[in-house]
Amino acid sequence: MMEEVNEVTSTLSVDIQSIKVTEVVKDGHTLTFLIESEKLSGTGVYHVDRTYDDFEWLQQHLFSQEEVSGIQGVIFPPLPVKAQVNASAKVIKQLGILGLGEWQAYCKAMETFVRQIAAHSILGKNNAVEIFLTSSDPPGRHRVRKNIFNRLSQAMEGMRKEGHKDVDEFFQTERDHNLVFTGCAKTAAERFLDVVQTEQKIAVACGNFSTALRLCVEQGEDPDELDFSKVCVKLSEVFESIQKNVTSVAENNVSTLGLGLDLESRYQEAEKEMLYRRTCKLVELETTRRNAEKAKPVKKAAMEEVKKAAETEFDHISGVAKEEIARLQAARVKMLQQALVQWCEKQLLTAKESADQFNQHLQAFRGMA
Amino acid sequence: MAASSDRIPPPLLPAKEEPGAATPDMADGDSDEGEDIFVNNSVPVAVSRGVSHPDNVNEQTPDLFGEEEAGSTTAISNGVHSDDDNDLFAEAHVELNTPGGSAPKEPSSSSGLRPASSFTTSPAALQPTSLEQMEEDEAEDSFDVDVAVTNPEKVGDGMGAYVAYKVSTRTSLAMFRNKTFSVRRRFSDFLGLYEKLSIKQSLHGFIIPPPPEKSVVGMTKVKVGMDDPSSVEFVERRRGALERQGSTRFIQYLQRVVSHPSLLQDPDVREFLEREELPRAVSTQALSGAGFLKMINKASDAVNKMTIKMNESDTWFEDKFQEMENEEQQLRKLQAVVDSLVYHRKELCGSTAVFAKSMAMLGNSEDNTALSRALSQLAEVEDKMEQLHQEQAASDFFIFAELLADYIRLMGAMRGCFDQRVRAWQRWQESQSTLQKKRESEAKLLWANKPDKLQQAKEEITEWESRVTQYERDFDRIGMTVRKEVLRSFTFSFL
Repeated sequence: MMEEVNEVTSTLSVDIQSIKVTEVVKDGHTLTFLIESEKLSGTGVYHVDRTYDDFEWLQQHLFSQEEVSGIQGVIFPPLPVKAQVNASAKVIKQLGILGLGEWQAYCKAMETFVRQIAAHSILGKNNAVEIFLTSSDPPGRHRVRKNIFNRLSQAMEGMRKEGHKDVDEFFQTERDHNLVFTGCAKTAAERFLDVVQTEQKIAVACGNFSTALRLCVEQGEDPDELDFSKVCVKLSEVFESIQKNVTSVAENNVSTLGLGLDLESRYQEAEKEMLYRRTCKLVELETTRRNAEKAKPVKKAAMEEVKKAAETEFDHISGVAKEEIARLQAARVKMLQQALVQWCEKQLLTAKESADQFNQHLQAFRGMA
Repeated sequence: MAASSDRIPPPLLPAKEEPGAATPDMADGDSDEGEDIFVNNSVPVAVSRGVSHPDNVNEQTPDLFGEEEAGSTTAISNGVHSDDDNDLFAEAHVELNTPGGSAPKEPSSSSGLRPASSFTTSPAALQPTSLEQMEEDEAEDSFDVDVAVTNPEKVGDGMGAYVAYKVSTRTSLAMFRNKTFSVRRRFSDFLGLYEKLSIKQSLHGFIIPPPPEKSVVGMTKVKVGMDDPSSVEFVERRRGALERQGSTRFIQYLQRVVSHPSLLQDPDVREFLEREELPRAVSTQALSGAGFLKMINKASDAVNKMTIKMNESDTWFEDKFQEMENEEQQLRKLQAVVDSLVYHRKELCGSTAVFAKSMAMLGNSEDNTALSRALSQLAEVEDKMEQLHQEQAASDFFIFAELLADYIRLMGAMRGCFDQRVRAWQRWQESQSTLQKKRESEAKLLWANKPDKLQQAKEEITEWESRVTQYERDFDRIGMTVRKEVLRSFTFSFL
């Protein structure tokens, strides 16, 4: 039975750090994610399965919390683009590094999404989060009322507000910087994806070479033929090792720095969205001010009311936004640092293992001479 | 393999050789100047070089990597130039086999691929007497001719510019004027030598060593970030390093030529090694790059299209030919796979470089100082990695891709050798049918009673009878030579 999502505030009954997307299951065209979380009471673990629709349901709920003051100043944790089995080329491109392989990176990104929401001081209190994580009944089947965060609809309002000058220097700087940084982050993530994809191609080529060498093995008894075959077999092994090495390097890239750059890029976009909402609100505010000034005495009081409401809301939004920006700055630096450290550690480990392997091969070759 | 991959070639001045321009060869101020390049522990000796004649040049060469070169200077005019590679012959030594069979040396190169050794059938498998006899016939006192190719230098400017190499020979053979000498040769000279040999030696059944390939095969421009103009220039920057390897191919070619006892006797070979100035070889453009294989294949097709199909009385040739074709197929498969590997490795260089740039930009726009520094350092590390990838790509290319390409060219040369035998057979057959026709016309003349024409007919018959005998002998001789060549080709002196 579907619980009513009435209460705005509730405390999450699970340990946020324990939230895991453990598996993804292909069901026809749909991907189903298995999510696990430990009960804070220590009495066990919740297992739920969720599709992308359920994630979207969660997001929509959070978007539609109009009653929370300043909600528009929140930088919403970004939800990855919808993934599908046999996704179209366009979707694959949008997914970037998350679209690689068998959705391991994608699962991690979804997991991060849920954790970020659960840990958010405002968003985490929404009951929808609890339901999402604990209810055995998938919540996504139920429609949510339309939310106010559909950027497309705002854009369709016509006026290009993005460039609108800000009244607050802090925010103007932040907007300018965000504009540049969003571009850089996106580019970096895309370029890294290129590197990883090329590494994968190299791995495939090494595998092919390894196989082709094995096919060169001759069955004769001639000593030179046998020597030749031995060389081919050994070389084939070497290239298999090379293949393994390159594959590991690529995997390490994806699971650490790749995810980090991807998340950074999407968070910058999320901040951009938030700043845009605030800017729109600013425009709205200035409009109400003008209206109040120009209003005829009959309407003046009403216009003043509207203006005051807009001012209050704008202040709230700006207040929340400032906090969110500070929070984001701290969090993303930490996140990238972790990503870089893990990346280095993993690559160093892989490199050492491979170096050992290659050394063995070298010794073996020398022994054959 | 004599052309070892751990030999450090001298830095190469990059220049594109201009095809077809009428510039004559450079005067070589380089013959015997007492430069001591053959001693192991000699110090680099300053050698003066010939002076270029810039007025010979007429067009503009795009200077692909002007900023690249350290080491050798483009200062052709000042002429002071030291030999980086002191002992040119340390790994260039070629010893011809003494009688009694091949003595495979341990190849000093690190490349493990020796597919050719799969062919070595023990002599016992063949008609023993004739083969041993052949080997004894070939018995000479072992002698050596060592050849080295070094010091590539750009000559001239603009479109007429080319690279001249120093070809040094050390020998104890009486047929050469001196014991050590060197000349300057350019790439088209090598092609010219091949052309002359392939024409003159075409009916002996020798395997004519395939000409070296100049173009750095596989260094096609790899498409990286389309919006990044510097990525293209970046790929080109690395060509310089790879051009150095060109000398290795030339050495290999020359050593194959001089280690062939019959080819060595060819005056063109001697001239190539000794003569100060060679007349410019023209129309060799068709031979460079893939042209050689195309040419061989065309010739093979022509042979196959001949109306008289050869009845192979000796299955050895058929079997060998089949074996060769199989081997070639295998090599081509390997080549395709390796080429793909090399291509992607180069792709990786490009994408790494582009990624490094994007990280640098990210670091620049980053507010947090520590993170900004970390990202910038990451960009630097990635730049270094890009260089490593370049080296790896080049290494894969020269150790595997070039090796395979070379083997495939060798197979082509061997096919050419088999074709020679078929052509000899055809010539013999044609002469027999001509003889037959002459006899028939003689018979007709006898019947028609024309005594003067009859005399002529008899003379012609005699002539053609001797031709038939000659061509049959030629054919047999070629057959034996081809057999010998095939066996010899799988000794390391050949490879």
